[in-house]
Amino acid sequence: MPGTATSAASRTATSAATRTRVPAAPARALGAAAERLEGLDKVTGAARYATELAHTPPDCAYAWPVPATVASGRVTAVDTAAALALPGTLAVLTPDTAPRLGEPDDPNLAVLQHHTVPHRGWYVALAVAETLPDARAAAAAVHVTYAAEPHDVTLTPDHPGAYEPQEANGGHPARRERGDAAAAFAAAPVHVDATYRIPPLHNHPMEPHAAYARWDGDHLTVYDSSQGAGPVHAVLARLFGLRRDQVTVVSQHVGGGFGSKGTPRPHVVLAAMAARHTGRPVKLALPRGHLAAVVGHRAPTLHRVRLGAERDGTLTSVSHEVTTHTSRIREFVEQAAVPARVMYASPHSLTTHRAVPLDVPTPSWMRAPGEAPGMYALESAMDELAGALGLDPVELRVRNDPATDPDSGLPFSSRHLVECLREGARLFGWADRDPRPAVRREGTLLTGTGVAAATYPVLLSPSTATVTALHDGGYAVAVNATDIGTGARTVLAQIAADALGVALDSVRIDIGSTRLPRAPLAGGSSGTASWGWAVHAACTRLTERLARHAGPLPVEGLTASADTTEEAGRTPPFARHAFGAHFAEVQVDTVTGEVRVRRLLGVYAAGRILNPRTARSQFIGGMTMGLGMALTEHSTMDPAFGDFAEHDLASYHVPSHADVPSAPDIDAYWVEEEDPHLNPMGSKGIGEIGIVGTPAAIGNAVHHATGIRFRELPLTPDRVLPALA
Amino acid sequence: MKPYAYVRARSVEEATAAHAARPGARYLAGGTNLVDLMKHGVETPETLVDVSRLPLDGIEELPDGALRIGATVRNSDLAAHPLVRDRHPVLSQALLAGASGQLRNIATTGGNLLQRTRCPYFQDTAKPCNKREPGTGCGARDGIHRDHAVLGHSPHCIATNPSDMAVALAALDATVHLYGPGGERTVPVTDFHRLPGDHPERDTVLEPGELITAVMLPARTAGLPSAYRKARDRASYAFALASVAAVLDVDDAGAVRHVGLAFGGLAHRPWRARLAETALLGAPPTEHAIAHAVDAELGLAQPLRDNAFKVPLARNLACRVLSELARR
Repeated sequence: MPGTATSAASRTATSAATRTRVPAAPARALGAAAERLEGLDKVTGAARYATELAHTPPDCAYAWPVPATVASGRVTAVDTAAALALPGTLAVLTPDTAPRLGEPDDPNLAVLQHHTVPHRGWYVALAVAETLPDARAAAAAVHVTYAAEPHDVTLTPDHPGAYEPQEANGGHPARRERGDAAAAFAAAPVHVDATYRIPPLHNHPMEPHAAYARWDGDHLTVYDSSQGAGPVHAVLARLFGLRRDQVTVVSQHVGGGFGSKGTPRPHVVLAAMAARHTGRPVKLALPRGHLAAVVGHRAPTLHRVRLGAERDGTLTSVSHEVTTHTSRIREFVEQAAVPARVMYASPHSLTTHRAVPLDVPTPSWMRAPGEAPGMYALESAMDELAGALGLDPVELRVRNDPATDPDSGLPFSSRHLVECLREGARLFGWADRDPRPAVRREGTLLTGTGVAAATYPVLLSPSTATVTALHDGGYAVAVNATDIGTGARTVLAQIAADALGVALDSVRIDIGSTRLPRAPLAGGSSGTASWGWAVHAACTRLTERLARHAGPLPVEGLTASADTTEEAGRTPPFARHAFGAHFAEVQVDTVTGEVRVRRLLGVYAAGRILNPRTARSQFIGGMTMGLGMALTEHSTMDPAFGDFAEHDLASYHVPSHADVPSAPDIDAYWVEEEDPHLNPMGSKGIGEIGIVGTPAAIGNAVHHATGIRFRELPLTPDRVLPALA
Repeated sequence: MKPYAYVRARSVEEATAAHAARPGARYLAGGTNLVDLMKHGVETPETLVDVSRLPLDGIEELPDGALRIGATVRNSDLAAHPLVRDRHPVLSQALLAGASGQLRNIATTGGNLLQRTRCPYFQDTAKPCNKREPGTGCGARDGIHRDHAVLGHSPHCIATNPSDMAVALAALDATVHLYGPGGERTVPVTDFHRLPGDHPERDTVLEPGELITAVMLPARTAGLPSAYRKARDRASYAFALASVAAVLDVDDAGAVRHVGLAFGGLAHRPWRARLAETALLGAPPTEHAIAHAVDAELGLAQPLRDNAFKVPLARNLACRVLSELARR
């Protein structure tokens, strides 16, 4: 192992599992592998994204922002004369001339409201012109003068500016202590004490952040590429001093977000501002080169993990201490030590976060914030511990699986990590694995396999929805959900079909607009549960009303609504998390230091899987992003200039198709999990857990291949090759 | 947007005349690099002379066995050409290791030779760069330079040439055919690109208005064992951290009769490894001899703070490729 025989065996297992996974004749919509409802529209170009042609009236203008070229300081003057003299220029908004806005909760949205430059790339002006090239040329002609200040953009573990915040992202306490982790660590017969580093990472969805804004009198209409039209709506109303009914936000199709479109970003404010200032509809699609600085990033994290164990592998002490950066204007602390609180039983534990405010853009959400970097460190350390113990890494995790949540003491609503590990080991052919590192050589290639666990919390927000029984026998579901490519639209229709007891094709679903019933954003892997609960409740109510209804339907049909504020607000006395196990096989080229993934397997316990087709896509998509985090993706902060050096997709290396194994060498499975403590569908979120264990599984496989423990990502040749020498 | 004139040339003479008549003119072929740079304000031509429709899109075998490749032959077509695949596999492999399928379908042979460095400082008009704006300094030297040069750089510029194709052409002793105001001339591809020296703004020896019309692969390297190998951060669509093109001919006695060795990703131009070639010629290409020869070449390297890994990477690639060719 690994060899062709093993691969063949795992493929056989693959087909068997595939057969059992998809019901042969789905009597019900939920659990069926329904195709995306908008799939044909997307591949034929009929689906319209925020700034696509369908929204372009003849008088549409275009905006192009001007980024600051200093990392710290103040704008002292903006000379717009040359820009205004260019043909086609309509206006140049500056901190002196831009419309005044209300105070935003997020200081990043106070665009052109003051003269302070908190980081390089901060917008200091906005050119508006007749055409996109005119706008770009006008922006280039704006001359900005600064009073620059010295800047500091370099995160170090002993930075004097480090502080311990009250909370990390997600409302988690920055520090949790149980027992005496230091004393238990010192007393433990077997130790791991290791530091890990993860660089800044960027979401880079395929569709950039883009908005179209139009004012009709005092009514603002915005088409925005966003994960939630609702939050955009609320922020725009506040900033522009409008009643909620004076703002409409539409996010019908969104070309990815990965967290970076979770809350409003500066582009949508600028578009609305430019439209108001010029009296013209305005489109603003951020250029790729700006994204690194203005829409958020995963902050770099420095980890110290200390594990103490008995000789049989029983953990006695778990410490995970994280240092990260945040910006000067908004605290965002990647909650990377949080997953260590729930993963393993240990009587003694310490988990802390420290943040260093620097002259950098404000970090934000990126797929599995906290879990993705935190589990890379923790699961790498677990692999190191398995090596120190001479214990199989699957077995080590099984031995430390807790009966109750170690942090809260609550019982788990369901926890099937052990089943994921066992099933994954079976599918992957783990039993045949020779644990010795650096003994599998095929020519110049070293091969190895690795495992890591994954977790992601169950989150939920209140939502509303309505459903109407129509005269033609169809049902119209309305909810301001957002489908950012996940398949949410399809799964919500499936939920409705089952709750109504009708076929999927009799359900019409309308999402992605604030004209629809209020609903939360697509984030925290909580969308389907949150929206779906409201859809389920509305459909259940309509079914009851229809049962009581006699005679023909009224002209307007029969409508039922639901609001889950009460249900979603209840906190059940359970720790609720999804779990998973990732297995990777890598080859390391000893000539070049190139690492390539040969096989990648994820097995998940995530409640009931509502649509195997879209779920598999989410899982494998997450694993692919984790592959990028492990091997190819990184952003480099330039200490001299204070910006990220990678300005395009030629330099920010998301995995290409050639980096990703093709099925069945990459695949996702799940174990059946019945959990009555979640929502009426019995589902847990699946959008993020796929990324969580993948980097550590790949890193552990690289160790198995080479015998070298790398503790900094990504594993590019500049890092790997010198260590192989 | 800055207005520019657009001229579509119908002949080479018309193209060069149009170029000569208009200051600030640039030739446009596939545009995969030039148009990007125009969008970023790095290139600001007054006139684009479109040469993409010139009758330079043929690949022709000459009576002596040389291959004449028209300047507007697309990278995809060149890589797939049966004669190239059969007789110059290193060139086909290098082309297919570059860019993406979409880019290769539009990028041309001449344009590939003239693509600019992907140094992030060169591409960002808000930062200093002696290549883009002479005298402003080099942001990369003390900045982000993992991808930059280890050979032949100057205090003014540490940029690398990004082409894969040009590395293979260098190993194959290709020549570049030019037509310009001064008439026709031919330049060995190894002399076509410059080292940065005091004038990093000049990538090549092209005189103003000169147009690449063809690239010639000589008969003497046709059919010899050859190979290209590239190391990169991801498996596709990434520039070389280092690459090697090699042509190796061993005589019946087992001695090296001909060797062409060139490195990519290490310098401001494809780096023809003359020292290594001299060391290898006339002797059997043993593992030891190859390593000794490659080390002699890479002894010239002057790595920067963060790119020393390129030296052993290039060494490993060259030793591997030469050893594999020697075993054929």
